[in-house]
Amino acid sequence: MSAESISVFSPKLEARLDALVKKYPVKRSALIPMLLYAQDEVGYISDAVVAEVAIRIGITELEVRNAATYYSMLRFKPAGRYHVQVCTNISCMLRGGYEILDRFRQELGIEPGGVTADGMFSLEEVQCIGACCWAPAIQVNYDDHDELKPDLVPGILSSYRGKAKAEGKTPHA
Amino acid sequence: MPDVTFTVDGKKLTAPAGTLLIDACRKACIEIPAFCYYPGLSLQAACRMCLVRMEKVGKLQTACTTRVAEGQIFYTDTPEIAQVRKANLQLLLGNHPLDCPVCDAGGECELQDMTFKYGAGVSLYAEAKNHREEQQWSPAVFYDRPRCILCYRCIRMCGEGMDVWALGVNNRGADSAIVPNGAGHQLDCEQCGMCIDVCPVGALTSGSYRYQTRPWEMNHVSTVCAHCADGCKVTLGVRSTPEGAAIVRADNRDKSGINGDFLCAKGRFGFDFAGSDERLTQPLIRNAEGKLAPATWEQAIRTAAAKLKEIRDAKGGEAIGVIGSNRLTNEENYLLQKFARTVLGSNNIDHARTADYPTFVRALAGHADKAASLRDLASAPAILLVGGNPTEEHPLLAWHLRTNVRLNHARLYIANSAPIKLDRQAKAVQQISADGYRKLASFLVHGESDFAKTILAEESLLVVLSADVSGKPLADLIAWGLKRGNVRFALLGAYANSRGAADMGLDPALLPGYVPVDKPGPFAEYTNLPTTPGKNFAQMTAADSGLDALLIVGANPAAQTKLDSKTFLVVQDLFLTETAAQADVVLPAASLYEKSGTLTNTFGDVQMVRKAADRPGVKPDFEILVRLAEAMGAEIAKLVPFGKRGTTGDLGQSRGAEAGEADRHAVWLEANNLEPRLSPFDPFALFDEIARLVPGYSLDRINLFASNDVHSAPPAASNFVPAKALIAPARDTLFTSGTLGRYSQSLQQLEQHQTRKQAKSAAD
Amino acid sequence: MPKLVSHPDEVKIISRRFGQGAEKIDRYIELGGYEAVKKCLAQGSDWIINEVKASGLRGRGGAGFSTGMKWSFVPKQSAKPKYILVNGDESEPGTCKDHLIFLHDPHSVIEGAIIAGLAVGAKMGFIYMRGEYRTLLEIMERAVADAYARGFLGKNIFGSDKEFQIITQTGAGAYEVGEESALMESLEGKRGVPRIKPPFPAVVGLYGGPTVINNAETIATVPHVINMGAAAYAAVGSPRNGGTRLFGVSGCVERPGVYELPMGYNLKKIIYEVAGGIRNGRQLKAVVPGGSSTPVLLPDEIDIGMDFDQVGKAGSMLGSAAVIVLDDQTCMVEFALRTISFYRHESCGWCIPCREGTDWLKKSLTRIHAGFGEATDIDTVRYIAENMLGHTFCPLGDAAAMPTIAFVKKFRQEFEDHLNGKPCPLAKMGLPQFTVV
Repeated sequence: MSAESISVFSPKLEARLDALVKKYPVKRSALIPMLLYAQDEVGYISDAVVAEVAIRIGITELEVRNAATYYSMLRFKPAGRYHVQVCTNISCMLRGGYEILDRFRQELGIEPGGVTADGMFSLEEVQCIGACCWAPAIQVNYDDHDELKPDLVPGILSSYRGKAKAEGKTPHA
Repeated sequence: MPDVTFTVDGKKLTAPAGTLLIDACRKACIEIPAFCYYPGLSLQAACRMCLVRMEKVGKLQTACTTRVAEGQIFYTDTPEIAQVRKANLQLLLGNHPLDCPVCDAGGECELQDMTFKYGAGVSLYAEAKNHREEQQWSPAVFYDRPRCILCYRCIRMCGEGMDVWALGVNNRGADSAIVPNGAGHQLDCEQCGMCIDVCPVGALTSGSYRYQTRPWEMNHVSTVCAHCADGCKVTLGVRSTPEGAAIVRADNRDKSGINGDFLCAKGRFGFDFAGSDERLTQPLIRNAEGKLAPATWEQAIRTAAAKLKEIRDAKGGEAIGVIGSNRLTNEENYLLQKFARTVLGSNNIDHARTADYPTFVRALAGHADKAASLRDLASAPAILLVGGNPTEEHPLLAWHLRTNVRLNHARLYIANSAPIKLDRQAKAVQQISADGYRKLASFLVHGESDFAKTILAEESLLVVLSADVSGKPLADLIAWGLKRGNVRFALLGAYANSRGAADMGLDPALLPGYVPVDKPGPFAEYTNLPTTPGKNFAQMTAADSGLDALLIVGANPAAQTKLDSKTFLVVQDLFLTETAAQADVVLPAASLYEKSGTLTNTFGDVQMVRKAADRPGVKPDFEILVRLAEAMGAEIAKLVPFGKRGTTGDLGQSRGAEAGEADRHAVWLEANNLEPRLSPFDPFALFDEIARLVPGYSLDRINLFASNDVHSAPPAASNFVPAKALIAPARDTLFTSGTLGRYSQSLQQLEQHQTRKQAKSAAD
Repeated sequence: MPKLVSHPDEVKIISRRFGQGAEKIDRYIELGGYEAVKKCLAQGSDWIINEVKASGLRGRGGAGFSTGMKWSFVPKQSAKPKYILVNGDESEPGTCKDHLIFLHDPHSVIEGAIIAGLAVGAKMGFIYMRGEYRTLLEIMERAVADAYARGFLGKNIFGSDKEFQIITQTGAGAYEVGEESALMESLEGKRGVPRIKPPFPAVVGLYGGPTVINNAETIATVPHVINMGAAAYAAVGSPRNGGTRLFGVSGCVERPGVYELPMGYNLKKIIYEVAGGIRNGRQLKAVVPGGSSTPVLLPDEIDIGMDFDQVGKAGSMLGSAAVIVLDDQTCMVEFALRTISFYRHESCGWCIPCREGTDWLKKSLTRIHAGFGEATDIDTVRYIAENMLGHTFCPLGDAAAMPTIAFVKKFRQEFEDHLNGKPCPLAKMGLPQFTVV
């Protein structure tokens, strides 16, 4: 990437991605992490992200999409500032994962796949986050919340609202 | 690899060690079903249809990835395997829409065939199917996702076979889908349609064929593509219409041709010129007001013939010129030159030359077996490609080069003035200046560069010369190659019968087989043959040609130059081209898909074309010429030796019903000591004469009539000095085909689709 | 922060540094870290492989293949670079053991990887962690940076002439990538679709080079094997099953958590003693003994030792040693449906039986669970699963088929109780409506 090119990424992320492609014996190994880090900043894998990643890795946009669409953490629609991922897989289900999901539904007023009107939260039912022994568990962005009870849900949401207020502008804006 | 012996279903089989079990079985007529396996493409082991039991191995093995070794024992016909196949089909049919009654592939579907053979007759499936809307990817390609069984043949054919890589797979699991490379589900590629061809079901369908007909409602006629000079075998799907017979599909159905698996956009979609609304279907005569007005064939032939006869009788044959075509059959071009020379009495005959075949033939004279067949390109271990861009101009040649490099590790060397796509397959590329082909031979002779050294070090070499190389540089390069030794050559002309036009004597100085007119040899039997060279193409098409009459057959010089307005012009063509529009008499001609005969591709491979379609109102050029000659009072039996000499008949098995009928009669008549009578309009009436008189054209008829390609050798002895070449390389692209391509709506749409894409990405 | 649990029967080998601050390199060294690798540097490749073979250590990912044996398959000479691959894509539902290793003891993974590298002559290792473990990846990245700073990684590790580099890598959500060749594809920036075998990774693996791929727990165990000595380690477990395992107990027990117990420890005791029995005073209904892909066991089938061989004999598999406990309030149809929904979601789609089979099973189970099943549907479900088994491109198809067959076989009555318009009375998930035609 030349310095003049208009990037969809922040200078900080650009620097991270520049380093990333040099990390591996083969450049293409940087593809999946690059997409994930780009999503962390942009909010989703937009067409512009696909285009820029393709250039950075030196492959076609089709190849980027072939790989990107394979991985379930990568999404192609904008998510909320805080992406709530509720595990309902067997270990969590046995300890009330669906009750947690229902409570988030009620509190946020959205269905899994949806985003709140203010763009603050999005909700997703996920397939195991590797916290089975501390079920039911969720991830908000990359934060784990273990051994949940439905009544803890409002507190979790308000803590993120508070965090957003403290941090100011949305990172995806 | 040494042979090994192994056992399949109790049968001892032998194959080279490492052969894929599926190939070894198929060769031994043991059917192993498979969707994903496709010979020549990478292995997938994805469809699981080819699972077999291998003794002493716990899990079933895929025959498509198992390589045979000594002593192995396999079972493919056990109840266990039958159940695997059945269950796999049941699983596939679960989500597969059973819309076979309207599916294009119905009747030609591998899933249908396998279901029929291996069971799954009762549906266990009680769930709603995963429906998705159909997508149009380009004017040529549609994708019906629910029908897709994800065998990945299309992806591999596009990537590995075509080196285009325009298809991929998105999502995963049951949500997986084949996707094209462009934004908004658009396909940005060479539009060859190979993905449609390899699709085992009706997931990928052709824009021009979809929902047109059922496969069993068509006749399938195997013929040769009308477009470029590679000469792909193409199967035309023909359906009768109230007016005649229309072509509804072109594909590569039996894959038995010189093109193997391959067919490009022109062959597959560019057949529609034949059914164009712009076809001329009535003769036209310029009337008193100077306008072209419809006329009967009788009037038109009489008008043209009378004028030609009048000029010939008054001013001699030199006052008349004849221009032949890159797209007539060999028989027609032969007849045309014979007509010009013996009926009109003129050597003013030529055609728009797209490659310098006379120099090529002259340079190879006296060296047997130095001209390569197109088939040789598929297996030659080392190839030097000089100039041109085969990907665009010779798609089949490009396919063979890519495949040869990919599967046989052939070494491709490229000398070119511009980068071309085949550089990606090349072992070495030598960039030369635009006029560098002149100096290429001396560059190679000196052998100082690494490029030249590597080429010199090759044990054998096949040199493919583009039309950019002509005249002395061409002769020099061939001389260099002959000196190097163990070299064969090919020269690339542009159109379906460019080579045949040259071979058949559409040349003011050369008779068929490059026999000089002043030393006519076998052609001494022609009556009234003029022995001084006539006017060439440029002279005849000049605004001051001075010719009193010009007969132009299947050519459109007026697109490039202004013709002499004082000349009486007779044109035989499919369309009212720029040239036809200026004519005094226009005679509507049949296309290559509407007649029989032979064509010679640019590599000298001769193939049969067969009449597939019919168009009321038109006549084959062969018949038109015979009628013109007859109306001029010529003795037809001398022009077309029907009913005169012995007949070589094939009892009609291979020439088409009409020719066969005539043949059968002729053979029977001859056998009974009665006079055989072929029709003078049957091009095969000339076949024996061509074989007899034209050096290099005494061909293996059994193979030719069986629709195999037969290589014609350039004449062994040629004693002429090639005229200064007047070569105009055509530089067609994947979607253009000279004047003919302008009348193919499909090719026009594909070109628009692709140029719009490029414009868009350029602006981004 | 996940809760750490303990029980007197535990034999803490892999988990001995959990909760001790060993994610910091100084603390790790203080607790005896990086001693094993020094020993290995001194002893050399053949000694390491023999020691690991002799320890009876078997792969902790699920298949249970001998680790030493796997290493010995790597050719000594290779034109292409060799690689060590640490599989930290821990994705089998019920399994969260590597989670704790990455969180509490990242250096043990690094140390194990270096030892594996010394054993097979590889100069580069990759630690691939599932995408959801971002915070753990960051811990691991810090640990790797610290190891580089100390000269434990790099050109001349520990001042020797040996080189070893480690690269960390994140996944992005794909169970299938846990399959070794799929992981290599993913690491090469492609779709996580497994490769055709042979060739096996030990010969042609990552970037075409010979590759050892081991589960993170296996790798983290290696330094302990070296420190304890093969014989001492082997003595801890049951015959042919060396050492301990991290048993993740989840579901309806009083004290879920990850417990380190000797191989061969009794399953019944794990549930009733170690994990405190069935919670809320309920009754045990079933146990999934080794992660979601292992066939379910009935209460009368659990008096067995938890090692590869004994669980196999009981008709299931030790798998990832993730013990999932189901109580009497669990609907088995729903449990089967939730299990198959996971495999439907995770199937890579490459082969027909897995792609179509998981989709079909999910649809049919959804319908049966909602009370819209018909009598023949139960047999169809079993038929589909049985026809997937052993016929798919990779083990994911088996992982979906095996538990399904067991659920139908062992709880058939419960499936029948759902027929004829009787939706599940115990349903936890929403029940869709079907139109009966």
